[in-house]
Amino acid sequence: MRESVVSLKNVSFQYEDQNRYALQNVNFDIYKGEWLAIVGHNGSGKSTTAKLLNGLQFPQQGEIMVCGIKLDEESIWEIRKKLGMVFQNPDNQFVGTTVQDDVAFGLENHGIPRDDMIFRVEDSLKKVKMDHFLNQEPHHLSGGQKQRVAIAGVLALRPSIIILDEATSMLDPKGRGEVLETVRALKEEKGLTVISITHDLEEAAKADRIIVMNQGEVYREGSPEEIFSMDDELVHLGLDIPFSIKMSNAFRAKGINLSKHYLSEEELVNELWTYHSKI
Amino acid sequence: MMEKMIIGRYVPAESLVHRLDPRSKLIIIFLFVCVIFLANNFLTYVLIGIYTFLMLGLSRIPVRFLYAGLKPVLWLVLFTLLLQVFFTKEGSLLYELGPIKIYEEGVRQGIFISMRFFFLILMTSLLTLTTTPIEITDGLETLLNPLKKVRFPVHEMALMMSISLRFIPTLMQETDKIMKAQIARGVDFSSGPVKERIKAVIPLLIPLFVSSFKRAEELAIAMEARGYRGGEGRTKYRLLSWKFADTLQLIILAVLTILLILLRS
Repeated sequence: MRESVVSLKNVSFQYEDQNRYALQNVNFDIYKGEWLAIVGHNGSGKSTTAKLLNGLQFPQQGEIMVCGIKLDEESIWEIRKKLGMVFQNPDNQFVGTTVQDDVAFGLENHGIPRDDMIFRVEDSLKKVKMDHFLNQEPHHLSGGQKQRVAIAGVLALRPSIIILDEATSMLDPKGRGEVLETVRALKEEKGLTVISITHDLEEAAKADRIIVMNQGEVYREGSPEEIFSMDDELVHLGLDIPFSIKMSNAFRAKGINLSKHYLSEEELVNELWTYHSKI
Repeated sequence: MMEKMIIGRYVPAESLVHRLDPRSKLIIIFLFVCVIFLANNFLTYVLIGIYTFLMLGLSRIPVRFLYAGLKPVLWLVLFTLLLQVFFTKEGSLLYELGPIKIYEEGVRQGIFISMRFFFLILMTSLLTLTTTPIEITDGLETLLNPLKKVRFPVHEMALMMSISLRFIPTLMQETDKIMKAQIARGVDFSSGPVKERIKAVIPLLIPLFVSSFKRAEELAIAMEARGYRGGEGRTKYRLLSWKFADTLQLIILAVLTILLILLRS
């Protein structure tokens, strides 16, 4: 049995000014060391879920456990140390005037002694390959670089879980690649649990497990292969199927039977150029 | 133009003045502003002048930066000079042309007051030219720390200042972007009567305000997620170090003050 680091039990949440539940009776577990993607259309409740995990909002019903601690008003500070969050807009989460000040911000908040702080700032910037930019000001950095600094800021607190809340949606393809690559390497190295909240199914395709949310409920849960075999159902939920999947579906419609669903373009290309030799 | 405003007026260099602790610089400037009023004769003004130019020399700031700082206030200095020259009616009459009478005391006062002005501006611009805004903020925060006892929100003020400093370039870039977007839609910012131009600024300001509020909200959430809960129990990453040079500077200023008191008439 895998160890559960986050668990939601019968969680329901409603924003004050809305009469519809943003989340309704949500149940799921997140396991240690996995990369979980939560996907869904706008208003599906995926971002609300992220806010609940970090104690930025509290559910009206249900219970959330993070690293074995029950999330409530008193435990949020302890939990925020364990569960770091990277947000969507690279600019609006950069607090410090320079890269090193920004990484130090979280450490200052948690009252880490200065000597330790210096070490951690440098160490975590090295891990995201931004250690040559210590004194750089945010407006001289690209979006991808800023997001990497944000990751370093989270990392400096030595969390066990990182939440990427649409963290790559405002980046260009290069920046997106950089950020995901960085997170992937860190996950391997430190055994971090990654929760990526996204509407980009290409990004989700690389996850270990996907949760599809719709209208505040968990619609489906499964491996990327299982989720992508939903095809049209996903389109109905307002999600765009990755190009490689669309392609393989189109091939199948034409009567060319590929052996399975192809998640990455590379896999698909490999299948295609070896296709004839199989016949 | 944007770039210039972004850097502010700080001129990076490796000089004695640059390396001083921002606290000592702030104290020196504050005291200098008081001390300068001790000067009231030729000798004391020369002393102040020597001190000012010595500091400027030590800072290694190129003259053109100093001049750029002085330019907007130069006319004010000139205006005070003329005001004193024409309206002080003391001492012996030097020159008379119709209703215009110029007295000895007027010329003396005029020169002294404009000199005082001139030195004040030089010294204060020296502070901003050699200290980054964030250093000034740090310096102020530590200097004002005792005010916490009377519940003055020192930490919050300093954080507000540093966040505003950090967002100035971001908002500049945004203004630039909105401006271009509006120009592309046919808004004319650069010509036409003043009234029209002011009107043209409105479609610039509204989106800027809307996005600033959005930014503020997102920033607050991000700060909270990173564990910010006010100044209580917070450690500091930036460290100010008071060195011997700082103490020396204060001693020099003290010597200057004593000399001024002795030499003033």
